[in-house]
This record gives sequence, C-alpha cells and structure tokens, in this order.
Amino acid sequence: MTTEALPAIAARRRPFGRLMAGQTGPVLVVVAAIIALWYAGAVWLNTPWQIDLFERGGVEWSNTDLVRATLAQDRPLLPAPHQIVAEMRKTIIDTRITSKRSLVFHSWVTLSSSILGFAIGAALGILLAVGIVHVRSLDKSLMPWVISSQTIPILAIAPMIIVVLAAIGVRGLVPKAIISTYLCFFPVTIGMVKGLRSPDPLQMDLMRTYNASRWQTFWKLRWPSSMPFLFTSLKIAVAISLVGAIVGELPTGASAGLGARLLAGSYYGQTIQIWSALITAAILAALLVTLIAAIERVTLRRMGMGL
Amino acid sequence: MTAVPVPKAPTPAPESRRRVVDTRGLSLTFQTADGPVYALSDVDIAIEQGDFVSFIGPSGCGKTTLLRVIADLEQPTGGEIEVNGVSPREARLGRAYGYVFQAAGLYPWRTIERNVALPLEIMGVSAAERRERVRQHLDLVGLGGFEKKFPWQLSGGMQQRASIARALCFDPELLLMDEPFGALDEIVRDHLNEQLLRLWDKTGKTVVFVTHSIPEAVFLSTKIVVMSPRPGKIIDVIPTDFDRDRTLDIRETPGFLEVAHRVRQGLRAGHSYDD
Repeated sequence: MTTEALPAIAARRRPFGRLMAGQTGPVLVVVAAIIALWYAGAVWLNTPWQIDLFERGGVEWSNTDLVRATLAQDRPLLPAPHQIVAEMRKTIIDTRITSKRSLVFHSWVTLSSSILGFAIGAALGILLAVGIVHVRSLDKSLMPWVISSQTIPILAIAPMIIVVLAAIGVRGLVPKAIISTYLCFFPVTIGMVKGLRSPDPLQMDLMRTYNASRWQTFWKLRWPSSMPFLFTSLKIAVAISLVGAIVGELPTGASAGLGARLLAGSYYGQTIQIWSALITAAILAALLVTLIAAIERVTLRRMGMGL
Repeated sequence: MTAVPVPKAPTPAPESRRRVVDTRGLSLTFQTADGPVYALSDVDIAIEQGDFVSFIGPSGCGKTTLLRVIADLEQPTGGEIEVNGVSPREARLGRAYGYVFQAAGLYPWRTIERNVALPLEIMGVSAAERRERVRQHLDLVGLGGFEKKFPWQLSGGMQQRASIARALCFDPELLLMDEPFGALDEIVRDHLNEQLLRLWDKTGKTVVFVTHSIPEAVFLSTKIVVMSPRPGKIIDVIPTDFDRDRTLDIRETPGFLEVAHRVRQGLRAGHSYDD
C-alpha cells in the first residue's frame, strides 16, 4: 500500500465522507434543496399581498417582518412547509379519525375506492393481456380501443361516469372505483402483453417439443416470465388508481375524501388545507408503491430471480 | 479413462436396425422479402437406431434447419420425411425426441431439479416418479447434489448438462442436439464431448448432433454428414468405426486424422466462401 492512498481512506472513514458515499447523503442534499427552494418561493409569492396588507394597515415593517409574515399567512398563495406540517399534524394526529375534519378519515374514503378500483383494474388488465396475447383477432380489434381509451382526458370522462352511474342508481364507492379502474387497467394491459410475450423463441420451441398445451405453456412459461413486467405495471397502476379516486370525488361535490378536501379548500381559499391534502395523497401513493415493491421483492426472490 | 470396464449396450446387427430418421428428396425453401432462400435441397439421409450422426457444415448450410424439420419445428416444402416410421408431427406429439438447444434455456425461476422435471410435469408423470427420474438423470450427467440450485448459480457447462438431463429424463428414443456445446470454451467442450459419448454408449440412444467443429464431429459420430450452403445439400456421408469406449486421445491417431481430413475436403468442395 502506498502512503498516498492513506488520506483517501481516512476521508472515507470520516462520518461526512461515509454519508456522501452512500445513498443517504445525496438524498438529504436534494430534500434540503427542495425545502430551501420552497421557502424562497413562498416568500416571493406571498410578498405582494403581504406588502398590500402592511400598507393598508399603515404598519411600519422591516424586511425581517415581511419574511416572517409571508410564512405565517392564513391563506397564503403558497404555504410554507412548516404550515403544511402543522396542518397535517392537526388533522391527522390531533383529530379523532371518526371526525369529518380528520385527514385519516378522508384518506380512508379515497383509499378504499382506489384499492377497489386497482383490484378490478389489475384483474381486467391481466385478462385483456391474456386475450390479446392468445387470440390474434383480439390483438387487432382490442388494442386500438385500449390505447384510444387513454387519449381521453380523465377529467372529461369522470363526470360522465358519475352521472351515468348515478342515473342507474350506482352511487358511493363504486363510481369512483370505476374511474380508478379506467385509469389503471391500461399500464397493466400494456405491461402484461409485453411480459407474456417475453419468453424467447427457444423457450417457446422447448414447450413445443414437449407437445405442451396452451394452458401448460401459459402457466409454466408465459406467466412466470411476465412477473417482473407485472410488478412494474402494478406500481404505476396503484399510483394512478389514487389519482382516479381523487378525480372521481371532484365532480360530485363529494363530502368526504381527499378530493372533497381539495375542492372545499379551493372554494374557501384554504390553501393550507389543499396542500396538506395533496401531500397526504402523495404520501399515500408512495406507501402503496412501496407495498407493491415489497411484494415484488419477496415474490421474485422466491422465484430465484431476486435482486 | 475409467478403470472399471463399463458394460456396453448391445449394438444390434446392422441389417436388423430400425430406421429412426428417413428422408427422401427433402427440401425447404423460405419465402423472404428478398426472394426465396433455399435452406434445404434434395436431402436424402437415413439414420438408424443407435447411430450417432453429426451434421457438419458452415453457417447457413441448413444443418440446424434439417434438425428442426426432424423435430417438426419447421415444415419442409418438398420431399418426404419419416421419424420413427411416422410423420415428424406424429413423432413430436408422441414425444419421440428430446431436443437440446445451443443455449441451455433453463427457466430462471426453477431450480435445477424442477427444470429437469419440467417435461415430466407436462407429460403428467406422478410426483414420486418425477423425483426418482430427476435424481437418476442428474446423476447421469454428473449433477447430483445441485438439485436445489438455481440456473444462475451454475457454470455454462453445468447448465448445458442440466439441459441434457432435461432432454433425456422422459426417456425419448431420439436425442436431437443443436450445437449444444457451441457457446462453451474448448476445455469444457472436450470434457462434455467425452461425457456425451459415455452417455450415448450407456443409454443406447440415437443421437443427431449439429456442429461446426470438425474434431467434435469426428470424435463423437458413427456417421458424419457433410453439408454445404446455398442451397443446403449433402456433400458427403462418412461412416466411422472407432471403439465405443474411445477417449480424447484418439484425436492423435492416424485413423482419426484421416477421417478429419476427409471431412475437411468435403467442406472445401462445397466451399461457396467466395462471397
């Protein structure tokens, strides 16, 4: 070992060096940068209104007063992170979950319909993919519809679904779940068509030499081959199923759910309430994706394909 | 060389041996966007029970295509072919052959044991018999003790041995091998060649073997079919009569070199290397 190599090693042993060498350091730096930008944005965006307020009130103010005030408005244009955290603490931890003011209550309303929608959507997506892979005419006839279904903005079609279903007496959880389904079957279908077609010609020929039935080829080759594709598309699907449920709550003027909170917040200019609902939705989506990723890891490891 | 003499499978007298593969005027033309490609043209071969036949020739000479026609993975466009006295399709439906591809093609989500058991599962063999046959065939290819490993935990040569066990475990009469050792290095290849010869001697199977290596073809075969490309046709059929328990040392003998020379001349005659 040369003496020049020693300082480098010593640097790596220092706590900061170790932090930056792994994943934690860079992640923390990015988070800190985002929060700093957010604060800067909050000050910048809330300043005009605050100056207006000061001047109307005839108050003498310094720059420090201004900054402090922009971060403590009741209805700021852009709430500061600590205001959102405080609001979330109030509505998630300090409020009983049965209360209509509890974000946990609203989250559950949204989550339940998005999980239902996700389950139906995933099943439908897989079913469509199986059909498309096995039946040539379905590939030609169904695929264009699958793709064009996603060219319609969900905001345009969601009210129709709600209205039509309400007309035939279906209300509550199901219409919202159907909007989630509408969004999340798509990535599953696309991913699974690719996944079920992923066995290479050699593996397909091998099944042919055994005179395996289509059913056997499906269960012993196509299905296991498609697992990595399935989990990738499920992760996308579960996140957008939440989007679908929230969008489904908007046009009905629903009284409960994260979408309802967003709507009520925008009626009354409660930006802090809007942002805390948004952040809660993002956290929920992240938790759902993490859950799928955990199932993926266990499944693939059990299949000997673990990472 | 083994110290203990291995009892040989009895070689049937030539006239009593059944024809396992029989083709007359076999041809296959692929229609492509650039016009027809003549993959096989007027191929006549007879492969008898217990034979070890190698197809040798440069890339594009149709040797793999011919193997795939025998396996009913390609359809001929002319001539006749019988496998086990019936059409290739009937032979395939009757699971008459085991096929070993150039890549081992083991399923990565199955352990070695379950990979070898795959054809047995498909054919509806009971779990108890599956276990017994898998154990037996893994021992046969020298992979006893690797049952619970996943394919990625094995070397390329071991994976290919597992794929040979997979092709043999349902006891087909015919073993079709498409450059099975083509992707392996020469040292491993030599070793597997010797093992394959022992296996053939022990089991008495009929083997059809595709290769582009002259020493491999000469060492393994009872009959060497030399092919040339564009259109794929047979140039020469060379019978050999080396001892069944030969070892790699035979490659230094005049008899071996003589056969290798004839193969090389056949390949040169069908050159078509001008492009």
